Amino acid sequence: MAEYSAFSLLKNALTGNKDWKPAWRKPDPKASYDVIVIGGGGHGLSTAYYLAKEHGITNVAVLEKGWLGSGNVGRNTTAVRSNYLLPANTRFYEHSMKLWENLSHDLNYNVMFSQRGCLNLAHTPAQLDDLARRGNAMRHLGVDAELMTTAEIARLIPALDVSGAARFPVVGGLMQPRAGTARHDAVAWGYARGADRRGVDIIENCEVTGFLRDGDRVTGVSTSRGEIRAKKVAVAVAGSTGRVMQLAGIETMPIESHVLQAFVTESLKPFVNTVLTFGMGHFYMSQSDKGGLVYGGDLDGYNSYAQRGSLPIVDEVMSEMLALFPGLARVRMLRSWGGVCDMSMDGSPIITTGPLPGMYLNCGWCYGGFKATPASGWCFAWTIAKDEPHDFNAPFTLDRFHRGMVIDDKGQGATPRLH
Amino acid sequence: MLITCPYCGPRDVIEFTYQGDGNRERPQPASQNLDAWNAYVYDRLNPAGDHNEIWQHSGGCRAHLKVVRNTLTHDISSVAFARGDHKAAARHKAEGKA
Repeated sequence: MAEYSAFSLLKNALTGNKDWKPAWRKPDPKASYDVIVIGGGGHGLSTAYYLAKEHGITNVAVLEKGWLGSGNVGRNTTAVRSNYLLPANTRFYEHSMKLWENLSHDLNYNVMFSQRGCLNLAHTPAQLDDLARRGNAMRHLGVDAELMTTAEIARLIPALDVSGAARFPVVGGLMQPRAGTARHDAVAWGYARGADRRGVDIIENCEVTGFLRDGDRVTGVSTSRGEIRAKKVAVAVAGSTGRVMQLAGIETMPIESHVLQAFVTESLKPFVNTVLTFGMGHFYMSQSDKGGLVYGGDLDGYNSYAQRGSLPIVDEVMSEMLALFPGLARVRMLRSWGGVCDMSMDGSPIITTGPLPGMYLNCGWCYGGFKATPASGWCFAWTIAKDEPHDFNAPFTLDRFHRGMVIDDKGQGATPRLH
Repeated sequence: MLITCPYCGPRDVIEFTYQGDGNRERPQPASQNLDAWNAYVYDRLNPAGDHNEIWQHSGGCRAHLKVVRNTLTHDISSVAFARGDHKAAARHKAEGKA
């Protein structure tokens, strides 16, 4: 398959763009593989990519129930950041950030990673102190963080209401300059292409309906396209984790599935040049390269497997947007959609061996899974290949809840809808 | 989504506060059974389909309700008062009498 380059672009432009080849094959499933990855989203595809690239394991199948990238990797608000407080999270997400910084070159696929920064606003002096503390914790671990004054913020984002008359006056903010956004579909397609070129079979429209077992050991899966055996079966199904684990006879998990909505407006001229988060509610916004404002807020707040949201949250998110930007009152919203999030009990993910022999588990991403895509796949591939976690994901075990070793960045306790 | 409160009739979901999974069983306060406490705090059935849950009509009569709601369709098949039905509460009462 041809490399993508300026030369190949030019050549195909001159020949009418008739010679582009599909970016990945559509193979039928084989009878057995070394590794099966259940879930063809960002994390499943990046796991397969790093299994092949870093560990030389290429006899791998990625099974996707729908079409590639139809789940959360195509439903998020594309923000990439590593501005966490707790060391386990900071180290993991900073590893992800470093992979993001070279991802387009690594994949030979432009994921449009744009390090436009991520600014968390503070609206009270106490909140600013809290942000300063988080910024110090980040810098202590070598992550970039800068405290910004209201005047600096006003220069950066002129449309923001920083007047003392705002409903929640802005008193400062914490900026991570290396944070930014990436084109989410390109991330799925780039990893799929990269994995496919190394020999991984990506099998779409293939729903897992059960696990093949030899005693406790998982030895494969039954699917809508027949039985497939494998030495190792890896589960990376985000919002569907509970359903898939129940197929394996595991009734309860430290996870609740909740729906998160996202929104995009009509295209505007350059309006906000960073990822911006509101401190007095739950609201975040960035502007796509096409000009649409991409934004979202809180979960709907009750368990849901429906990939659509309810109106009260639409109302709440719009009012939060207007609290920051009164000037957007007459901008029209183009689309809204929802994705099912696997909300864990402490707001942090799970990347681990088990819980059954022959099984590997990657879940609990809450609504922060997109930025983790590279490191999640990288660490999960390591865990699958070596049957033990890398230092980066060693804290993210499944049994940490029962051992009292939770990683609760927000300090929210076991209330998944509030993380 | 409308929830039909037994006192107040059908009301919009914004009047209600979600209090989470209604399947969990809280151990006795004095219990030292760590597995039971861990299961109560952390483990969830998280079904795709009918789900037993607790809601409070916080913007209305403030009654706690046990609701059976489908997590795929949001259809609500039953709403009843949670009062007296809470597993730990019921046990306290029984012990008090004894």
